[in-house]
Order: sequence, then structure tokens, then C-alpha cells
Amino acid sequence: MYIRRFLLSVTVALIGLSPLSALASSSGAEHIPDLKWSFDGPFGTYDRASLQRGLQVYRQVCSACHALEHRSYRNLADLGYSEAQIKTIAAEYTVTDGPNDDGEMFDRPARPSDVFKAPFANEKQARASNNGAYPPDLSLITKARIGGANYVYGVLTGYADAPEGVTLQPGQYYNKTMNGHILAMAPPLVEGAIAYEDGSPTTVDQYARDVAHFLTWAAEPEMEQRKRMGVKVFLFLAVFAGIMYATKRQIWSDQH
Amino acid sequence: MASGPRTPFENPVVEWIDQRLPIFTMVQKEYGVFPTPKNFNYFWNFGAIAMVMLTIMIVTGITLAMHYTAHTMHAFNTVERIMRDVNYGWLLRYVHMNGASFFFIAVYIHIFRGMYYGSYKKPRELLWILGVIIFLLMMATAFMGYVLPWGQMSFWGAQVITNFFSAIPLVGEDLVVWLRGGFAIDNPALTRFFALHYLMPFLIAAVVFLHIWALHVTGSNNPLGIDVKSEKDTLPFNPYYTVKDTFGLVVFLAIYSLFVFFAPNMLGHPDNYIPANPLVTPAHIVPEWYFLPYYAILRAITFDIFIIEAKLGGVIAMFGSIAMLLIMPWLDSHPVRSARFRPLYKFALLLFVAAFAALGVAGAKPAEGLWLAVSQLATAYYFAFFIVILPWLSKNEKALALPNSIHEAVLADKHASAKGAK
Repeated sequence: MYIRRFLLSVTVALIGLSPLSALASSSGAEHIPDLKWSFDGPFGTYDRASLQRGLQVYRQVCSACHALEHRSYRNLADLGYSEAQIKTIAAEYTVTDGPNDDGEMFDRPARPSDVFKAPFANEKQARASNNGAYPPDLSLITKARIGGANYVYGVLTGYADAPEGVTLQPGQYYNKTMNGHILAMAPPLVEGAIAYEDGSPTTVDQYARDVAHFLTWAAEPEMEQRKRMGVKVFLFLAVFAGIMYATKRQIWSDQH
Repeated sequence: MASGPRTPFENPVVEWIDQRLPIFTMVQKEYGVFPTPKNFNYFWNFGAIAMVMLTIMIVTGITLAMHYTAHTMHAFNTVERIMRDVNYGWLLRYVHMNGASFFFIAVYIHIFRGMYYGSYKKPRELLWILGVIIFLLMMATAFMGYVLPWGQMSFWGAQVITNFFSAIPLVGEDLVVWLRGGFAIDNPALTRFFALHYLMPFLIAAVVFLHIWALHVTGSNNPLGIDVKSEKDTLPFNPYYTVKDTFGLVVFLAIYSLFVFFAPNMLGHPDNYIPANPLVTPAHIVPEWYFLPYYAILRAITFDIFIIEAKLGGVIAMFGSIAMLLIMPWLDSHPVRSARFRPLYKFALLLFVAAFAALGVAGAKPAEGLWLAVSQLATAYYFAFFIVILPWLSKNEKALALPNSIHEAVLADKHASAKGAK
């Protein structure tokens, strides 16, 4: 009886006090869509095909402005690429290394151990190329926004005409999902702009789903391992609790 | 401690050690045969659970410290490095991060247990005060730990909290500069927070030792709140309470594991995955959930009280709310301990819990409109409970009849439930 009451009160307290539940209602970002993802739920996993398509969208579109500094090319093994494929992908980028023995910096093709090449040398250069706006690094974007993958999908598909009363400066766009609704990024996805090899629809909706999927992986690469381990840990603790309860009853049987 | 007559042990190694340092005798006395009231309910599990949480926090914390770099240029990135490249680093960090929340959950329930069953009353006042000191140390430790990942909430949280001290008249501004090691939160603040965050858990462990020592002098309180009168009222700690504590602990760990593995960021704030930026203030700066009630009290004082400015008033109210706990044993001088026999106190206390929860919810909202009114009302009740209601009830509440002994009450319970079963 006590335990049940406890579980209930702890759960209620957690839900009640969670800043997340409080924030979700007060952040003003009321247009976050609610999509079904393969990584939802305690047994959810990433969809490799979607991750690979998402990588393609990131490389062909997003990477023009957004860095991905916490991912290396070698991490693409998670997406199902072989070592040779990863080497080929990495070699398509040129990075600056050095200094060499002569004290000179030099360019070389990227290796799997390099982090994804950033589009700009530094924040100032990024701002100079983007009307003063700084395109954020995307490595953690789904963890850094309420709504996660849904938020990313929402921003990518949420462009609309500004409602009456909202005036946009040149270079500004209106977005239903974006916090504050005004952003400096032009609608990045155009139907048919990226050619998928696996016959998936080449629509803005599909591009947005795939890249949001890919960015969720970039933010939480450990998710599949974490959930698999979680199932085992919880089952172990549940069985252990059962055994301890039986032992407790046995030991206390001469008392109450 | 355990000096005096000693029963020899059979194992020659144990006996050899025990003759020279009677550590086995002490464990046997304090945890083996230690006489413990036989009527504990599951609320009595949370002391042991809190102890285990402290251990988990220290072990995971030391391991994290091996991989962490306390520098504003590297802190955020080393945490991501831990999450991605250190073997099981994500596990260590999520266990530590959610461990803070679950440590506070255990301690909040433990404190509530003490309040409900009157564990703060004579002769356990010092035991209670040591507990409040542990709670204060935990708050300081948790706050400084939250700064270390150097995300947006880390930075702005540190900015807001250190700024409290500027409310102190005359020396406030200078004090803040001294605390921060500069005019703003920057590298000197980060490195000192890291050093102190590493130190304080060991201070907590030391005070926990005193807390348990004091407990073993007075003995445990129990749900009836009456003193142990004879051996019939007690059971040896082992195996009765070792097994009961283990069962409760495992259930607690199971719930904790659900958060660690399936919702590791639910209790955190998404903004802390954005690197600290002194030039961009988050829309709402909110502390971790376990500080929200106190944050609400801080912001509830929006008016000057005589010569005390609102800002200073808020800080005084916030620290005062903890000080109330410290002097609680003297505010409540009613001779009966357990709320079971004090219906009025029970009602007032449950209302207090509701006010505390309301403060928690209000603390997460912007301090304006309805939520500000809720905070102010709940803050008023928080202080009224201690300053007005407890002393008044001490004089005027007529308690229900107390049972003669724990043993009798347990037997009566057994008869009642046996009858109920028929």
C-alpha cells in the first residue's frame, strides 16, 4: 500500500515539478508538430536508410552554413557505411593541418578521424556571410530545443507568410515553429532539389523528416545502446526487487 | 567508539583485527544487533536510499572528473566528449545528472518523514539540525555542479545566484566580485566551482557520519512517535531492516533507472545543451527543479518591507525558509511527536506540502500575474506554518490518546487486520 502510494506521489511530483512540463506551455512555440519516429519509445531504434538520406540532406544543403563539430567521419559507421565508404566520403573534403616540419600549415584530404568540416573558419566569418546571423552548430540541436526532432522538422517545413502586424526586415522570414517566429534562414529545402537513390519521395516533407532523424542521431548517438541496456537493467532490478520482497516476507513472517 | 567488553569472533583473521581495532564489533553493534523499533513503515527507507545516492554521486563524479576540463574554452566540449567518446561516458554522466535529482527526491521524502512523525523533537534536535546542514551542503554542491557543463543555464544560473549576494547592504557588490573572482562569471568562477564541487561531497559524507552517529545515540523515531520502552518494541537491525531497506532501495533504483535510460534529459533544461554565451540571455532563467520552490520564494518578495529593498527581502526570505527548518524543534514544542495523533498538525503539514509543491510549479513560471500571486500566497503560508501555526498548535492542540507501547500497538494492528481478513 505504502509503496503504491509512494510511486504515485513521486510520479505526480515529478510531473508537477518538471520544468519541462512548465516550459512546454509557456515558451510560445505552439506550432511544434507531433510526428511518429522510429526512435520513439523504450524500444525505438534509428532507421538506417533515413539516417543515410538525412546525411545526404545535411551534406548537400545544411552544411553550407551549419557545422557539426561533435561528429567525426568515422562515426558514419553507425549509419551502416563501410570503412572504405567512410574514407571516400571524408576524402571529398579538404582540411587544413599542420604546422609541418617547415612550420607551414598545409591542406590535405580529410580522414575518418577528422570532425565534420565546418563551413566557416570562425563565428565572425559565419556572421559576415549570413547578414550578421550565426548559423548554430547542429550537433546538439535536437537536445537543445523543446520538441527535439519535431522542432527541427517543424522549422524546416513551417515557413509561412507573416501574419498581419508582423513586419519582416529584408533577409528575414516568418516561421510557425521557430522560437520567436522570425529567422534569418531562407527556406532551405526545395522539392526535388536532392536526388535520392533509394526511390524515396523527393519532397520537402521527406527531406525534413530524414534530416531531423539524422540530427537526432548526431545529438544522441548512444541512444540505441542506452535503451537496450535500460531494458536489461530495469528487468534485472524488477526481478531483484521481487526476490527481495519475497525474502523480506519470509524474514518478517515471525513478526507481522 | 566501540570500546568495552567484546565477544570474540570465530574467524581468526577477524578476531586478530578486532582485538586491535574493534571495527567488526562496532559494525555488529551498530548495524547487526542494533535495536530498531519494530513498526517502521516504508518512509524509513529513505535515509538508507539517500546514503546510497551519495555514494553513487561520489563514484560517478570522481570518474567524470577524470575526463572533464574546467576551463571556459573546453568545459562544454569535454562534457560532449564524455558523452560520445569515453567508454560508457554517457552512462556515467546520465547516472550523475539524474542522480542529483533522485538524491533530492530521496532527501525531500526523508525530510517530510521527519516532519510528519516529529523526528525533529527532543531528544533528536541535533540530529535534525545536522540533517538540515546536509541539505544546505547538498544545495550548494548541486548548484556548483550544474555550472560545470558550461551551458546557457549553467552560466546564467551562476550569474543569477551569485548576484543574490549583491543585495547585502554596503559590502554586497564587492562580495560578489570576490565570490566570482572577477566582474562577471568567467574562468575563475568555473575553476573554483569545480574545486568546491569536488570538495563538498566529502563534507557531506562527514556530516552524514555525524548524523548517523547522533541517530545511534538517541535511536530511531518511529511512526507512533512514542519512545521505545522495552526489548519487545524493537528488532535487531539485521536481518529485519537490512532486507526491508534493500527491497525499498531496489524499487527506488528501478524508477531512477527509467529516467537514466529512457528519459535522461526530462528533468533538465534544453538550454543547457547550448554552449554558454555571455551575450545572449535565455528567455527564462530557471534553476533545476529541486530548487524551484526556493526560487519562487525569492521572487515572491516584489515589494519593499520598511527599509529592506525587495531584492534583499527576497534573498532573506529564501535563506529564512531554510532557517525555519533549523529552528523547527523549538517552534513546535508539542509533547506528542507523530502527526497520527495530532489531526490539526497533520492538516497544517499536508497543506504545507501542497504550498511547497505550488511554489515548485510557480518557480518554473515567469514571476508575474497569477503565478506571482500563487507564489506570494504559498510563501506566506510557508512562513505562517512555522512562525504562527506551530507555536499556536503547541499550546492548543489536544492530541489523540497514545498507545501504551509500540509492541501493543503492533499487536492491536495485527488483530484488526486479522479480523478484517475474516
